[in-house]
Amino acid sequence: MKIEKNAIPALKNIPHWFDIVSDKNGNSFTGLRAYRQSAFEDFNRLGFPNKKMEKWRHTDLSASLSFDYSLATQDFNMQDVLSDVFECDVHDLESFVVNLYKGRFVFKENNLFTLPKGVIVGSISAAFDQYPELIEKHFGKYGKTDKNAFHALNSALFLDGLFVYVPKNVIVEKPLQLINAVGASDDVFVQNRNLIVLEEGSQLTLIHCDDSYNYKRSFTNSLTEVFIGDNASLDHYRLQNINNNSTLISSLVVEQERNAQLSTNSIILNGGLIRNETYTKLNGEGANASILGVYLADKNQHIDNQVFVDHAVPNCTSNEQFKGILDDYARAVFNGHILVRKDAQKTLAYQNNANIILTDKAVINTKPFLEIYADDVKCSHGATVGQLDENALFYIRQRGISEDNARMLLMYAFAADVTQEIKIDSLRDRIEDMVKKRLRGELSICDQCVLQCSSPEKYNFEIDMSKI
Amino acid sequence: MAQDDKQLIQEVTQSEYKYGFITNIETETAIKGLTEDTIRFISLKKTEPEWLLEYRLKAFAKWKEMKQPNWAQLKIPEIDFQEIIYYAAPKRKKELESLDQVDPELLDTFNKLGISLDEQKRLSGVAVDAVIDSVSVKTTFTETLSKHGILFCSFSEAVKNHPDLVKKYLGMAVPPSDNFFAALNTAVFSDGSFCFIPKGVRSPMELSTYFRINAANTGQFERTLIIADEGSYVSYMEGCTAPQRDENQLHAAVVEIIAMKDAEVKYSTVQNWYPGDKNGRGGIFNFVTKRGICKGDHSKISWTQVETGSAITWKYPSCILSGDNSIGEFYSVAVTNNHQQADTGSKMIHLGKNTKSTIISKGISAGQSQNSYRGLVKMTKRATNSRNFSQCDSLLLGDKCGAHTFPYIEGANKSSIIEHEATTSKISEDQLFYCQQRGINQESAVGLIVNGYAKEVLNKLPMEFAVEAQKLLSISLEGSVG
Repeated sequence: MKIEKNAIPALKNIPHWFDIVSDKNGNSFTGLRAYRQSAFEDFNRLGFPNKKMEKWRHTDLSASLSFDYSLATQDFNMQDVLSDVFECDVHDLESFVVNLYKGRFVFKENNLFTLPKGVIVGSISAAFDQYPELIEKHFGKYGKTDKNAFHALNSALFLDGLFVYVPKNVIVEKPLQLINAVGASDDVFVQNRNLIVLEEGSQLTLIHCDDSYNYKRSFTNSLTEVFIGDNASLDHYRLQNINNNSTLISSLVVEQERNAQLSTNSIILNGGLIRNETYTKLNGEGANASILGVYLADKNQHIDNQVFVDHAVPNCTSNEQFKGILDDYARAVFNGHILVRKDAQKTLAYQNNANIILTDKAVINTKPFLEIYADDVKCSHGATVGQLDENALFYIRQRGISEDNARMLLMYAFAADVTQEIKIDSLRDRIEDMVKKRLRGELSICDQCVLQCSSPEKYNFEIDMSKI
Repeated sequence: MAQDDKQLIQEVTQSEYKYGFITNIETETAIKGLTEDTIRFISLKKTEPEWLLEYRLKAFAKWKEMKQPNWAQLKIPEIDFQEIIYYAAPKRKKELESLDQVDPELLDTFNKLGISLDEQKRLSGVAVDAVIDSVSVKTTFTETLSKHGILFCSFSEAVKNHPDLVKKYLGMAVPPSDNFFAALNTAVFSDGSFCFIPKGVRSPMELSTYFRINAANTGQFERTLIIADEGSYVSYMEGCTAPQRDENQLHAAVVEIIAMKDAEVKYSTVQNWYPGDKNGRGGIFNFVTKRGICKGDHSKISWTQVETGSAITWKYPSCILSGDNSIGEFYSVAVTNNHQQADTGSKMIHLGKNTKSTIISKGISAGQSQNSYRGLVKMTKRATNSRNFSQCDSLLLGDKCGAHTFPYIEGANKSSIIEHEATTSKISEDQLFYCQQRGINQESAVGLIVNGYAKEVLNKLPMEFAVEAQKLLSISLEGSVG
C-alpha cells in the first residue's frame, strides 16, 4: 500500500537522491544501473511499509519518516573523520576493522585489500570495478527487492558497504569487524549494502556493529547479502547500540548450501527504533542455522526482530532463540517464521521467544509462526511473557543479596542464554559487561555511547561477601 | 515410511463422507441476491419489529463498505453474494405441538443421523431445538425448562416473546460491524437459538441444537444468543452434518455468549458438514464468528469444538475476559482431509484482573489439506496477574498436507504470564512400533495414537457428544479403525 507522498517528508528527496546515486557509483559494472532502476521502480510501487501491513502491524515508522534527512554522498578520508569515532572498545579483541561512516567507506590509502590466501575485504563499490565476476555471481541474488520495500530502497540508493570474499577452504582466523557509525552535524539517511561470499569449506567471523556517536537523528537501512557455500561456516554478530533518535533497519539475507553453518547473534543494547530482519534459506542438505538475539529496551525504544527460516531441502536444522527485557515504555516485536517446504523431510526446527516485562507500560507483541508442508518433521516453538521468578528472587535474597542485585543477577542470567553463545572470548566478556551496565541503566546514561566509554575494569556485583 | 504404512494412511484418509443425503422438504425461498429489499423481505416474513429491521439495514450498510478478509491461510473461491438465496424456510401450515406434526421426512433425516427427536427426548433428557435450514421446526422440553425459568427457543420466537432481552444483548459480543461475515449475518440472519438462564439457575439438562443445511444454494445465517445471568450454569451443544452436494454452500453464523457474575457457560460443538469430495469438489464454507464475554467477575466461558467437516473453515471462538477473575477456555480438535482447509483458533482478550485462559488446540491434517491454528492472546494494561497457557499441536498424516501455526501474543503489563508452545510432527514411529510390538495391528495402532492425541480435548465434551465426536474422528480419518 502506498502512502501519500507529501505525508512523508523522508520520501520527497528520494527521486533526487536516486538521480545522484545512479550517476555516481559502480557505473563500470554492467547491469548495476538497470538493477537500481528496477529496484527504484519496485520501491515506488511498494512505498514505505505502514501499519496496515501484517509484517508491520506493530512497528510504526511514521515518526521515523517524518524528518527531512540528508544523504551523505561524498567519500571520507580517515583524516576527515574524528579518529576516535572508530576506536573500538572491545578490549583485547584482535580484529580486522572496516569502517563505514554514514554509509560511506572510510579508508586510509586503499579501499579494497587482498589479504593472505586470497581473501578480499573492502568497499563494495570498489569491488564492482575490480571483481565484477564475483559480484555478478552473488550481488542482488538474495535480497528481495520486488517484495521488500527496504531491500528495494537499499538497492536503488546504496552508495557503499562491505564486500568480503573468502576463497575455497580458507579459514579466516581473525574476526572481521564492520563498524557502521552515524552521527554528524546533520540528520543522515544511510543505505548500506554488504555482500559476504564464503566459498566451499571456508570460515569467517564477522562482527557487524552499528553505532552512533552523538544524539543526531539518523535513518539507516542496511542490507547484507550472504552466501555460504558447501561446508562453509559463518559466525555473525550484530551489535547495535545507537541513540534514541535513530532508526535502524538491518536486513541479513543468507543462502546456505550443503552443510553450511550459520550462526548469527543479535545483541541489541540501545536504539530508537531497531528492526532486524533475518532471512535464511537452507538450500543444501545438512545446513544448520542458529539465530539468536537478545534485546534490552527502555524509555520509548522500539525493537523489532523478524526472522524467516526457509527449509527448502530435507535434513536441515534451525534453532531460534530470542530473549528480551523491556523497561519503561519500551515496545518489542518478535515475528519468527519457519517455513518447511514440501519434501523438506527430516527437518528439525526450534523457535523460542522469551520476554520479561518490568513495567505496566512496556508492550511485547510476539508471533512465533510455523508453516509446514512436509510430514516427517519435528518443529516446535514456544513463547513466554512473564516476570522474574519470585521464588528465585526470594532464594537469592535469603542468602544476603540485596533485592536490586538479586534482580540484576536474574536478568543477567536470563540474557546469558544468548550472550554465552558468543564464541569470541573478549567479545563475550565485553557484551556481558555491557549487558550488566545496560541493566543497571548506565549505558543509556553515559551519553548513549559505547565508543567513548572505555573503562577497562570489569564490573563486579556489589555483593558483600562477609554476609554470605 | 514403510509401504504398508503409506497404504494404511491412504485407506484411512480416503473413506467417503457417510452422512451425505438430501431431504426433500418443500422450501419457500427468497429471490436470489442481496439488496435492502431482501432484508426487508426477510424481516417481513418473520414479522419482525421495526428496530430489528433497522438494525439489519445498518449492518447491511456497514457490510457494503467492508471487504472480504483475505488474511487467513485459505484459498477461498470467489463468492458471489448476489447468487445466494438468503432465506429458506420449510413450508408449514401451523405451529407444531407434537412430533406427529413434524414432517416425516425430517424425522427420517434425524433418524439417519442417529439423533431422532423422540430418541433424544426419551433417552438422554436433552432438549433439542432442531433447525432445518433457517426456521426452527421443533422445540422440545420447553416445559421442563420453563419450570426453572430458562428460556430456550428459536431466535424469532425470542424476538416475538422477549424483545427486551434480545434488544439488550444482541450485538453485545459481536457488534454488527465486527467483521465482514458477522455484518453479513447481522443483515440477513434467518433464525437460530436463543437461550436465557436466569439468576442462580443451574440448567437441569444439556441444551442442544442440531443444525442442518438443506435447500440447495441457500446460505445459512444462524444467530445464536446465550445469556447466563448471575450465578447460573448451562452446557450448550451444537452439532451438525450436511447432505452431500456439489455446489458450495456458504454458512456464516454468529454465536454470542454473555456470562454475568459467577455464571458459567460451556459451549460444545461437533461440526461435520459436507467437506467436499476427494477431489475438493463441493463442500460447505464455514465462516463463523463466535464470541463470548465474561462480563461479570468470576464468570467462565468454555468453548470445545471438534471440527471435522466443511470444505473451508474460518472460525475463531473467542473470549473477552472483562470481569475480574474470569476464566476463558478453548479446546479444539480440527481434522482436515482431502482438499479441506481450516483456519481456526481462538482469541483470548484479557481485560479484567486475575483473569485466566487456556487454549488447547490439536490439529490433524491428512490428504492434501491445509490446517492452520491462528490465535491471539492479549493482556491489556489493566489485566494484572493474569495467566494464559496455550498449547497448539499439529499432527501430519501424509506428505502432501500442511499444518501451520500463527499465534499472536501481546503482553502489556508486568504481572501477567503468557506461555505458548506448539509442536508439529508426524505420528511417532517409536509409538507405532511400541504398539505393534504388543500385538496391536498397525491400523489399530494409528487409531489409538490419533485418539490419544485428541483425548485431551475429547474429554472436555459432554458425555452425549463425546461418543459422536469419537465416531466422527473415526469416519473422518480412521476408516475402519475404531
